[in-house]
Amino acid sequence: MPLIVKEWLADHVELPADLTAEQLAADLVRVGLEEEAIHGAAVIGPLVVGRVVEQSPEPQKNGKTINWCQVDVGVHNVDGVPAADGGTPRGIVCGAHNFGPGDLVVVALPGAVLPGPFAIASRKTYGHVSDGMICSQRELGLGEDHEGIIVLPRLGYAEADLTPGQDAIELLGLGDEVLEINVTPDRGYAFSYRGVAREYAHSTGAKFLDRGLPTGAEPAATPDGFEVVVDDAAPIHGVTGCDRFVTRVVRGIDPAAPTPRWMKRRLEGSGMRSISLAVDITNYVMLDLGQPLHAYDLDQVAAPIVVRRAAAGERLTTLDDVGRALHAEDLLITDSPEGRGSRVLGLAGVMGGASSEVSGATTAVLVEAAHFDPITVARTARRHKLPSEAAKRFERGVDPRLPAVAAQRVVDLLVELGGGTADPAVGDVDTTSPSAPVALRVTEPARLVGVEYTPEQVRATLEEIGCVVEAGDEGVLVVTPPSWRPDLTGSAELVEEVVRITGYDKVPSVLPAAPGGRGLTAEQRTRRSVARALAEAGFVETLSYPFVGDAEVDALGLPADDDRRAAVRLANPLADDKPLLRTNLLVTLLETVRRNVSRGLTDLAVSEVGLVTRPRAGAPAAPALPGGVRPTPEQLEALAAAVPAQPRLVAGVLTGRRERAGWWGEGRAADWADAVAAARLVVERTGAEVTVSADAERLPWHPGRCARFTLADGTVVGHAGEMHPKVVETLGLPARAAAFELDLSALVAAAPSTPVQAVPVSAFPAAKEDLAFVVDASVPAEAVRRAIVDGAGDLLEDAALFDVFTGSQLGEGKKSLAYALRLRATDRTLSADDVRSVREGVVAAAAEQVGAVLRG
Amino acid sequence: MSTPDLKSASDAETAPPGPLDEAALDAAVDAALAAITAAPDLDALKAVRTQHTGDRSALALANRAIGALPGPDKARAGKLVGPRRGRINQALAARQTELEAERDSRVLVEESVDVTLPAQRVAQGARHPIELVQERIADFFVAFGWEIADGPELEAEWFNFDALNFGPDHPARQMQDTFYVEGDSNLVLRTHTSPVQARSLLERGVPLYIACPGKVFRTDALDATHTPVFHQVEGLAVDKGLTMANLVGTLDAFARAMFGPEARTRLRPSFFPFTEPSAEMDLWFPQKKGGAGWIEWGGCGMVNPNVLRSAGIDPEVYSGFAFGMGIERTLMLRHSISDMHDIVEGDVRFSTQFGTEI
Repeated sequence: MPLIVKEWLADHVELPADLTAEQLAADLVRVGLEEEAIHGAAVIGPLVVGRVVEQSPEPQKNGKTINWCQVDVGVHNVDGVPAADGGTPRGIVCGAHNFGPGDLVVVALPGAVLPGPFAIASRKTYGHVSDGMICSQRELGLGEDHEGIIVLPRLGYAEADLTPGQDAIELLGLGDEVLEINVTPDRGYAFSYRGVAREYAHSTGAKFLDRGLPTGAEPAATPDGFEVVVDDAAPIHGVTGCDRFVTRVVRGIDPAAPTPRWMKRRLEGSGMRSISLAVDITNYVMLDLGQPLHAYDLDQVAAPIVVRRAAAGERLTTLDDVGRALHAEDLLITDSPEGRGSRVLGLAGVMGGASSEVSGATTAVLVEAAHFDPITVARTARRHKLPSEAAKRFERGVDPRLPAVAAQRVVDLLVELGGGTADPAVGDVDTTSPSAPVALRVTEPARLVGVEYTPEQVRATLEEIGCVVEAGDEGVLVVTPPSWRPDLTGSAELVEEVVRITGYDKVPSVLPAAPGGRGLTAEQRTRRSVARALAEAGFVETLSYPFVGDAEVDALGLPADDDRRAAVRLANPLADDKPLLRTNLLVTLLETVRRNVSRGLTDLAVSEVGLVTRPRAGAPAAPALPGGVRPTPEQLEALAAAVPAQPRLVAGVLTGRRERAGWWGEGRAADWADAVAAARLVVERTGAEVTVSADAERLPWHPGRCARFTLADGTVVGHAGEMHPKVVETLGLPARAAAFELDLSALVAAAPSTPVQAVPVSAFPAAKEDLAFVVDASVPAEAVRRAIVDGAGDLLEDAALFDVFTGSQLGEGKKSLAYALRLRATDRTLSADDVRSVREGVVAAAAEQVGAVLRG
Repeated sequence: MSTPDLKSASDAETAPPGPLDEAALDAAVDAALAAITAAPDLDALKAVRTQHTGDRSALALANRAIGALPGPDKARAGKLVGPRRGRINQALAARQTELEAERDSRVLVEESVDVTLPAQRVAQGARHPIELVQERIADFFVAFGWEIADGPELEAEWFNFDALNFGPDHPARQMQDTFYVEGDSNLVLRTHTSPVQARSLLERGVPLYIACPGKVFRTDALDATHTPVFHQVEGLAVDKGLTMANLVGTLDAFARAMFGPEARTRLRPSFFPFTEPSAEMDLWFPQKKGGAGWIEWGGCGMVNPNVLRSAGIDPEVYSGFAFGMGIERTLMLRHSISDMHDIVEGDVRFSTQFGTEI
């Protein structure tokens, strides 16, 4: 994002002399240009101009030769007296050889801090005390040149202006803090000093001079201008790829002419490297006005230039030396050595090619200042991953009236600094249309903002940002946005300008009254209730990323055809080994468990509530529909059909001890029953009715210790129990880890939506009856309980299993289950006959349903 | 205990009294009362009771002797014996109560334990603070009569972008660091909770006042301040006559609810495709490290007319505002959390600090 050199900004707008980077940032943020960073001063401390008085080369044992120099640094000399007044220069050791006695150099004195940061101090080296450092460009952060130290006159500084001891920080522009701003996508024009200056003026009222407006001095196209043909056979959205193409020619340029120091300083301060005079000038004018420009070596370009889309199979080597296969949508600048448009010169508005680039031998330059379609440029820049400075500007929108102005600036600079002569021939293909006017009800800003702007205020603010405002129908303004504001396409955009320029801080704070809602939904309340219940039961809630890979899924031991293996795959995962979206919660929750275990936390009860993604095989793609139009019911259905089901699951894992060891004893290890209990707790909180049965084939659970939870309609909503020992071993978890996972969405959907209808509480005395049944060991307790409930009838209040017993006296493969029944009637005290009849009913039902025999 | 008995037996030899001798009875009473008072515990008291009120005690004998007396003597003798027996029984009952109380309190003392011993046999659970903050935010908005809306995390591009005025070529669409699904499904992991806005406008219509907390995804690597999976809450109000002033009012109230009565907000011009005018929102944060100051909290603005049109709502009639902020950022500010790793790694020691309410 753009770096703002204050001294350059001052070309466009009046700045207070003492303006700090911080104040500039505060002024700009008020109008929407946010501070990205303030880059600190490059060099701190004493950095001064020095004149080399003596230089004695001293060969060293290591084969190097160092120079032992005496350098006059004026009042910074050892005795504080300049050499001219008889003072004693400082002794400095220097390894470079590109200078000699009499040269004016840059000296960092002890106490200075150079970029790095690198603190300078007096130090003993090569048998001398070196009392400072003679600096190279790279050491000062001025460029990459490290070969030699800086000799100031060679950089374009006049010797007459330099005195030993003079501050070099100011001289080299190293002391300024530089503000970097962030430009939002709607403000392309702020990618220039012109635009930032305008915004600064809006914020502070400072005097602004718009150097981007045509002055009338720009020459019109001449018949002999360099021939340019725009031949766009495939405009995107019906917008031609190029609606303006200005060409200018400057001949007789001195290829050796250097870029002047002031321009280099401004470019480097703005974060751009100096390359050659012609290229520097195009970059300079781009940063200054916002118009991307290109300089061709005129002798390397064969007329006419043809702007066209790429053909199949065409290739281009761009300036960054990358060979690129071009796409039919890429807009190209081509020339015509072997027929019209036969050679590709560059990607329009993105990057030029190597072949026609200005070189050290160029004396005649063809300047291109064009206007390209933002979408065409954006797509090409994205396709070729070339977010160039030009593309950044074009895709955000460049002022279509700028090309002639900017081209003239380039021509003027090439003439002035390169000694060239401007051709009178001018090319200007111009099919741009003026900005479309926008109708704005004068009351619209008040309607949307809640501030009673006067009509005069509305008009004045819009005129301040460059709009032409005319009266339309009663109460309507016809507003024509300025050419540099292609983003102002509707009344809402104009309203933003009104509130932005008058100040966001002027908007009052008024709390609106909503009409009143229905509160949380049943699903939202249940979700809270479940999460809370688990926490109260000792589970610690965690959150995990939904990204998994084959390794994590394999660790669960899922068979190849398990439907949990059908996962959505990301095109650009963060980690290549985790490209899938989880289809179950345990797979990622177990990773959380592993992390805790690896940190020595082995007694765990952790839970997670989250969405999983269950793709449907053969689901259609989501339709690509335009925005700004309500989709038809069919389109909405198609959208719904394309988005995979994403049920909310709840899962928990227990490892180590469920009850701690302590002074009371050894504690208790977590086991399958804890997982089942937690799952039952969840189900109970949802209000759904489930049946529990054994499931011998559900990984990652133990085949003999896994409970399946099923809704009345047969939908399986989850499992709980001990985890499979193999899975536990693979994951490195404590033995006998237990887990549960339930489909919370399905449970909530299955829960009755009508309020619970209360059963009256009977105050009549209860009768208690204990019954022990002998059944086959394979009969589930749940089946016995159901038989008891069926057989007992309405009088049964509770049936609690209080003992499970196996033993030789029962016989091989048998077990005894003992239940305490509590019986009660709502309308009377139970008689002995009542109790006897319940008992007989239970015994009969148990015998019939599960082959149970009452134990004697 | 036996000494007084022997003594009274030897007295009887020198001056053999009848069982109803008044002085002898008084002596027996005195002896009984002395013995009762001296009984050190309930067992001793039991022996005293047997000794002094049992069948062979002086008073029992006197009582029995009354039966043999002639009529008039009977009444006189009854007056002689009855009150004396009453005194003894009263004293016994009083001493019994006293000794029982003593015993009870002694037992309770003996049963005392070290109540500072660790007592929690099952470790305490906890909610994840990210979930708790979202619930708190939901409570705030529900209290204002808003509703809470949810939506899918894997979303159609239309809902995540186009419906929100991010056209296919909009530069902002490229700035979102989006996770795309492989193939041509046109699905993305939602980059913000804003698609829930679009869904709610389509499904529920206007007027609409909703908050949408939830998980969102961007292709940022995890570091101290970034995470690829994070949480946002988005608010949307669309009604007749809503203004930017209402947006400011809502944000101020929300800021106070989350950060205390001194909190307030400040808007700066910005750009989002789905709002116009748009603003960045700063929060005045009294607890800021190094002194109270403004910090970035989220983005907001007036709903872009194109977003309303995407749901078939006439922007000439309805207006609305929307805002969004990061839950992680809110949590980090509120609870001085300096490293995102703690929030996302699932280490139980992190969640446990927060309990079940924040």
